[in-house]
Amino acid sequence: MTHLSPARVAAVLAVLCALLAASVVVGLALGPSRLGAGEALGALLGGGGDAAARDIVRGIRLPRVGLALAVGGALSVAGVLFQALLRNPLADPFVLGVSGGAALGGVAVLSLGGFVGLGSGAVPPAAFAGAIATTLLLFLVAGPGGRLSATTLLLAGVVFNAFASAAIVFLASLAGLTEGASIFLWLIGQLGAARAGSLPAVTAFLALGLLCALPLARALNLLALGEESASQLGVPVERVKRVLLLATSLMVGAAVAVSGLVGFVGLIVPHGLRLLLGPDHRLLIPAAALGGAAFLVLCDTAARILLPGRELPVGAITALLGGPLFLVLLRRQQGGVAWS
Amino acid sequence: MKASLRVEDVAVRLDERPVLRGVDLCVRPGEVLGLLGRNGAGKSTLLRTATGVIPLERGAIQLLERPLAAWPRRELARRVAVVPQETRFPFPFRVLEVVLMGRAPHLGWLGFEGAHDVALARRALARLGIEALAERSVLELSGGERQLVVVARALAQEPALLLLDEPTAFLDLRHRVEVLRVVRGLADEGRAALVVSHDLALAARFCDRLALLVEGRVLAVGAPSEVLTPEQVERTFDVRVRVAAGPDGAPLVVPC
Repeated sequence: MTHLSPARVAAVLAVLCALLAASVVVGLALGPSRLGAGEALGALLGGGGDAAARDIVRGIRLPRVGLALAVGGALSVAGVLFQALLRNPLADPFVLGVSGGAALGGVAVLSLGGFVGLGSGAVPPAAFAGAIATTLLLFLVAGPGGRLSATTLLLAGVVFNAFASAAIVFLASLAGLTEGASIFLWLIGQLGAARAGSLPAVTAFLALGLLCALPLARALNLLALGEESASQLGVPVERVKRVLLLATSLMVGAAVAVSGLVGFVGLIVPHGLRLLLGPDHRLLIPAAALGGAAFLVLCDTAARILLPGRELPVGAITALLGGPLFLVLLRRQQGGVAWS
Repeated sequence: MKASLRVEDVAVRLDERPVLRGVDLCVRPGEVLGLLGRNGAGKSTLLRTATGVIPLERGAIQLLERPLAAWPRRELARRVAVVPQETRFPFPFRVLEVVLMGRAPHLGWLGFEGAHDVALARRALARLGIEALAERSVLELSGGERQLVVVARALAQEPALLLLDEPTAFLDLRHRVEVLRVVRGLADEGRAALVVSHDLALAARFCDRLALLVEGRVLAVGAPSEVLTPEQVERTFDVRVRVAAGPDGAPLVVPC
């Protein structure tokens, strides 16, 4: 199993597709009112049966599961791309503050957009703009060739996240958005069926990101040797970086615009998959799309059923899982095993 | 005369500081040229300039009889391989996977490596005596083993010209000899190699010619016995030395 063959890619992706399908069934069946797997599938596919179950599955759960699939896939692939570009397994759109930048962009439009005639339709482009601005800032801090240490980058991310959260709360207070749950949604990610209208947009951005990333997967492998070596092996490094940073910002911007700050997905999923499948990006990128989608559906299902009668934000679940993992990875990296 | 690498009057500045100040050098097919000099003399800079990583201030570089600027990047990568001083890996790639990366310029961006590529990669590992490492993660290797893997990666590239920047810095004596013997063997097949080294004895033993680089200029270039004279070594390294003839006739430099 040392090197990748098309047969291995096909086999692994088939297994992940099966897991994804299973997670969708779980996501459709479980919730405040519990259905059996067959019942849920019947309500989804069949015309007959219980009308109430049909309403729940098709009207409430399906849009939400769809959103979790797209957001989970987008955040995981964005994590893989960030890690490859920055040559650091700790890089993640949330940890590095890119998600925070996207959320700040979105909230800025929500709170101030009214003054310049921007409606809520401008939220996704504003989130994208916030993501790309933060990414550029990050690479500016990292310097040419990403030579700055992991610690400095992570510090920059921590500080930017703190800044973005403060600015979000400030803007939201100005505009009176602190009432109710809307600001909560931005600060800690949440998936709600109410936002299902944006599903086609997120899916399109995920597809676009994958379309950009998959042909460059081998180039990303070569980047592990360092930018100079990759270039000496024929990789147009600057062009690859530009295309993928744009793709990543699109995916993060779209995901944050519909779900807020769902953290650590881009850290947990790529890390787990790399342990199981190895680091080859030709397999890791499509696997992250499928695995991330399944992961967030399961997290969101857990968020709906963990507390009876109440719902947790899915971002709380992912952060509870991701925070400790991040510390473990950081500790291992400081041990000099990986990167310095 | 044909040249695999021709450097003509090359000057380079890094951060406004002149590092190369008019270097002329030529590596011919079938030869190993050793590049010697103090730390900071410009050896690595010359290697990086030769692959287009650092822009020229003045002068010209020809690779395989074609100006550097006229080479498409991937086409050049099929003919010129570079071994840097050190490679750090962020992810646990397996050794065979890393060696197979050397095949990338020969493949389309979408294709997978075939049996031929795997055979070449395994042969490269065997040539360096590290075929037992094939399945190991590069993160588990020692610095020396990792460097051997990077050399194997360069061999799998099947280059006509090999540029090595202190390839043996982290290696023990056996592996130093191993690497230089492999490079020597490639040259005997008609390929060319430029090797930056701090090991005067081994350089004198394995290189056809040596070049001394002092403050961005070539002080001397020629057969080891012509170049490694006490005066020139002293001017290059600022150390007083004696030079004796080794058992096989190669000069042996000993500090006074």
